[in-house]
Amino acid sequence: MSTGYHVVVLGSLVPDLLQTLEPVQGPTGPGLKNEMMLPAVLDPWAGHALFEAAHVAAAHPGSKVWLVSLGPKAKLQQLMMSIAQKVPFELVAVDGSASGFHDAFDVAEALAAAIERIPALDRSRLLLFGGCASASRDAGATVQMVGERLGITDQFLSADELTVTADGVLTVLERVEGGQYLASKVSGPPCAIAWATGSLPEPPNNPQVGMANMRGIMPALQKASSVQVGAQGGTTFMSLELPKQERKTRIVKDVPLDEMAREIAEWIKA
Amino acid sequence: MHANGASKDHPPLLQTLPGDDVRQIMWRFAERFDCQMVVQSARAVARGPVARAVAKGARNSHEWTEEKAALLQEFDASGITAASIDPEYGGYIEGPKNFVLGLLAFELAWVDAGAGTSSMANTLALAPIHERGTPEQKQKYMAASIPPQPGESRTIWRGAFALTESIPYVGVDTGVLSGRVRVAEWKDGEEPILHVDKRGRFITNMGAANFVTAAVDSGDPRIKGSCMIILEETDSGTWDRGIPTKKLAHQLSSTRDPVFSLQVPANRIIGGYTVKDGVIVPNYSHADVIEAVFTRTRATPAIMTSAKLLSAIEPVIRYHRRRFRGAVGITEGTPRFDMGLQQKEDALHRLLDVWAAGEAGASLGFETARLLDTYDAIEKAKAEALAAQGIAGGRAELKALRAREADAAEYVVLSHKTAPTAAESARLATLEADPVVKFMVTESLSSVLIPSAKLWNTGHGVNMMREAVSMMGGYGITEDCPGFLGTKWIDGQLEATYEGPEVVQRRQLSVTMSRPIFLQQFQQWIKRLRSIAQDHPTLGLGTLAAAMELWFWSREYLSKAKDAHGRDLYSNQRHGVTYPLADALAWLVATYHLVQDVIELKAKGPAHPALAEGIDGLVGFYSDLTHIHCATSAGEATRICAELVFGYRAESDAAKAGDPEAFQDVAAFIALRTKVDGSLAGSKLAKDRAAESLSHVMIPEVLDYPV
Ligand SMILES: Cc1cc2nc3c(=O)[nH]c(=O)nc-3n(C[C@H](O)[C@H](O)[C@H](O)COP(=O)(O)OP(=O)(O)OC[C@H]3O[C@@H](n4cnc5c(N)ncnc54)[C@H](O)[C@@H]3O)c2cc1C
Repeated sequence: MSTGYHVVVLGSLVPDLLQTLEPVQGPTGPGLKNEMMLPAVLDPWAGHALFEAAHVAAAHPGSKVWLVSLGPKAKLQQLMMSIAQKVPFELVAVDGSASGFHDAFDVAEALAAAIERIPALDRSRLLLFGGCASASRDAGATVQMVGERLGITDQFLSADELTVTADGVLTVLERVEGGQYLASKVSGPPCAIAWATGSLPEPPNNPQVGMANMRGIMPALQKASSVQVGAQGGTTFMSLELPKQERKTRIVKDVPLDEMAREIAEWIKA
Repeated sequence: MHANGASKDHPPLLQTLPGDDVRQIMWRFAERFDCQMVVQSARAVARGPVARAVAKGARNSHEWTEEKAALLQEFDASGITAASIDPEYGGYIEGPKNFVLGLLAFELAWVDAGAGTSSMANTLALAPIHERGTPEQKQKYMAASIPPQPGESRTIWRGAFALTESIPYVGVDTGVLSGRVRVAEWKDGEEPILHVDKRGRFITNMGAANFVTAAVDSGDPRIKGSCMIILEETDSGTWDRGIPTKKLAHQLSSTRDPVFSLQVPANRIIGGYTVKDGVIVPNYSHADVIEAVFTRTRATPAIMTSAKLLSAIEPVIRYHRRRFRGAVGITEGTPRFDMGLQQKEDALHRLLDVWAAGEAGASLGFETARLLDTYDAIEKAKAEALAAQGIAGGRAELKALRAREADAAEYVVLSHKTAPTAAESARLATLEADPVVKFMVTESLSSVLIPSAKLWNTGHGVNMMREAVSMMGGYGITEDCPGFLGTKWIDGQLEATYEGPEVVQRRQLSVTMSRPIFLQQFQQWIKRLRSIAQDHPTLGLGTLAAAMELWFWSREYLSKAKDAHGRDLYSNQRHGVTYPLADALAWLVATYHLVQDVIELKAKGPAHPALAEGIDGLVGFYSDLTHIHCATSAGEATRICAELVFGYRAESDAAKAGDPEAFQDVAAFIALRTKVDGSLAGSKLAKDRAAESLSHVMIPEVLDYPV
């Protein structure tokens, strides 16, 4: 394909996972303690999707990557200082809460609307990428819902690999039960892929890439439309229950991998 | 309790440790995305590969190992190496780079200052060329120091700066050069070939360097005076990297005692030369070059030590809080479980002192770096303005500058006026537009800020780093200490030593702090503190202002007073007077700049959406921390000044016996001292409040770099 792909990646921020994440009831609904003040990182699954997108774009001249992010503008800006250094992309920012306590439905609606507003987007060349999960809101449904709204019915979930043959046929490996992959072929875009971890490492920072990206990012943040999602958007939370979690952090040094694996296996069995 | 931790007993508390949003406001780079990106980039390297190397024991060798060399490649790949180089040679950051280099050093030293030094050493090697090199020299060495881009087959060049020599030559005294340059061959009409002999001592980056900028003196009547000269690895002769220094600190950087005996063309003389009556006359002596270099490079190590103090806060809080968790009978919800050692007031108060010292140092260091970012353009404009009057450096320039001292002092006064008259504004505008005046004011300030930062941040910083280490108990002095606090302590001693030990900074301050323009500046600072004290009643500004007045008075007094034997007190050789006075000043200068940054945070923080949630606690905490530091700093300055003012009186002085009559000549001092003492009211209450925050502030579950 000579003109390349238009890859739209859905991804936003989550609180840095090393922080203490303590749910609290705020005036506008549930949230995390000090959520705005905690350092944020790109949602790891969205990160995989973004790096895969950049990889596809680099391999197919004429391609372009957009990152569509729904999150608080000020936090998105901060996040961009690291993410913008990793791969080239254009940001489409939607100003609103990125809390983990939202419903995928509202979020998908806002994201789909933002994608529809991208002027240069050629929907016939669209690859819609996102994470198959999120570190803060693991509904695992957002990419599908956005896809549906955009009329994309070829959807692949928990993907780890995308290959493109010379004739433009896309092959996607999706995770299925028992550590197996389901290989599917699709003749070409548009299609939606919700990524698992993919196979690419996180690219190193490159401030030069960052400076180039920033030229578009700052205006994108300035003209971000704002949306109200979750409790602010009218969703009522009848009840809220935390999954029972057990977090035992232990710092070890010089422990061989086998030994660690054995210990973890024993802990799971116990 | 409210959501922000406030109760009727205490005001809102600090919610989280200060993050990037807070730093960007305080250190004034909220609008500089280039800097923000460099921070993220350097942080990823520091807390990734650098921390892993330290955790794996890479520091345990004096040799330049592959593991250490690999870190240089990490610096290259992440933009750290190219950050110091101008875009015209392949760098990517426009304009002066002191501030951005400060940020880089901060991030690297947060984990390991040796790594910071490795990256800084290259900048130091290039600094003589950057400041005084010819256009050809700049093009060649700057471009070669840029990491190869995709598709390029060249290897990157790395440099070392060789000033210090084997004993008994160059150390603190940079005049006793033994390195020599002679004419080896000089064919008619051709570039002379020179022979350089130089034995360096403690030369950083020598394990990796391909070129060296070396200070040498003439050993030949056909060369006039000293110069700095560039040596390359492939020059003919001896290029011996020498033995590695058995350092106790900064082991991630390479330090060796190299020996050079090389033939080089004369166009390697930094800044070029002219030939006069058959004699090669370098355009710049080595002293000219190193002055220009050290003016620009000393803020960086100062910032490193402060970074380490700030990096210690989180590990110490975590250690204290969790100290007893897991013990039989200490169950969740009990104070011992939740707070651990933070139940003890001493643990909290001492950590606040460490924190305050780190903040004040960082504030001073970054302000110095920002000021230096204005310096090059101002210096250039001054040189052009003087050249237009036919003045080209040397004595003529000194004379011309002296003639403008009153104008410069007037500028300082006018620029601090909050409500100037129309005539004053007009006069200010005229002076502002005068490059010579502008230069004099900037130079008088920078020549106090630079040595203050280098002296205080590193000297006092190491002392406070020791405090931080002791707060971790035995763990503090093990390799396993989270945050590598023990190594950060000993590393700090090197930051206090290289690029001019404390004595060099005190010596410089003893001169620059008594210049009329600076003294005028200092008085304006006092006025400013007094004028804003009412708007910021909890910052302890009255205490700082009172201590500054006391220092000012003491300096005036000492500059005229004589000791019991009739000898002048304030003189060049009287280190016992001038050096402690310089120490006292550095305390005050650092604290003054902390105040400025906290006022900025108070002004801009509330409008920041990410901070709004916890702004009251944040601002309250920083105000208290500033108050604490104003009190400590006033205490130090007052103690030093009292010793100087009274200590040189005769032992039989009536004052010693408590005779009130005997105090007449120093009555003003006593009044000022009483004022300082009285102004301390509330400072310990501020400490109690800040301690409350410290015991509640949320910290991450684990440190974000390995141990
Ligand atoms: C790890 C390391 C890396 C270094 N890297 C470099 C480098 O890359 N390039 C380079 O050129 N140099 C480098 N140095 C050298 C460093 O700058 C010198 O060690 C420093 O300038 C002090 O010189 P010295 O050790 O000879 O101390 P000395 O000159 O012997 O001074 C020792 C002490 O004596 C006192 N003293 C000396 N002179 C006076 C005086 N006039 N008045 C009062 N007291 C005085 C002071 O207390 C001083 O600290 C490095 C040093 C180390 C340890």
